[in-house]
Amino acid sequence: MLSLALDLALALVAAAGVLSLWRLLRGPSAPDRILALDTLYIDTIALVVLLGMRLDSPLYFEAALLIALLGFVGTVALAKYLLRGDIIE
Amino acid sequence: MNTLLDLVLSLLVLAGAGFTLIGSLGLVRLPDFYMRLHTPTKATTLGVGSLLIASALYFSTRGQGISLHEVLVTVFLFITAPVSAHLLAKAALHLRLRSAALVPAKAGEGKDPSQVAGA
Repeated sequence: MLSLALDLALALVAAAGVLSLWRLLRGPSAPDRILALDTLYIDTIALVVLLGMRLDSPLYFEAALLIALLGFVGTVALAKYLLRGDIIE
Repeated sequence: MNTLLDLVLSLLVLAGAGFTLIGSLGLVRLPDFYMRLHTPTKATTLGVGSLLIASALYFSTRGQGISLHEVLVTVFLFITAPVSAHLLAKAALHLRLRSAALVPAKAGEGKDPSQVAGA
């Protein structure tokens, strides 16, 4: 039962990733694209955590944590660039 | 006991995946940026939150002790999600993005001035 639920959940999260990707490509404004990128990395964290349970391996947490860290830094840098025209002043 | 655990884990996993999908669906369907800013936070808190609870339960019941790595990811996401949303809203206001919402009528417009002053 659990492996069936995990497969279904993987499919749902992958569909969520595709929808975020559509918004990333469509725009129309720069903050929309950054928000889509932010959502895409959240979806990726969910996907990696699900994959860790599916493959029964605890090695995937570090990957999820790294994606969370670097995704946040990337979002902040892009938003800062739009706000100030520069990242490190 | 094992069946009950499987049931709880399946429900948590499906709820998490469903909320993640709803978050991205809102990102596609809603009409302007300020509304779209609202949905991905549901994916972050409810979606990934319940997935991480499910993962912590799953690896804690494997017989290798309690697994608390997931708490790190959860805490980090819960701290950073409002910060990035705030920065994105500031960037959108700085770029003067239009909102699809109607501007509310000014106070006193189309009303008796004495009533507005009394209210």
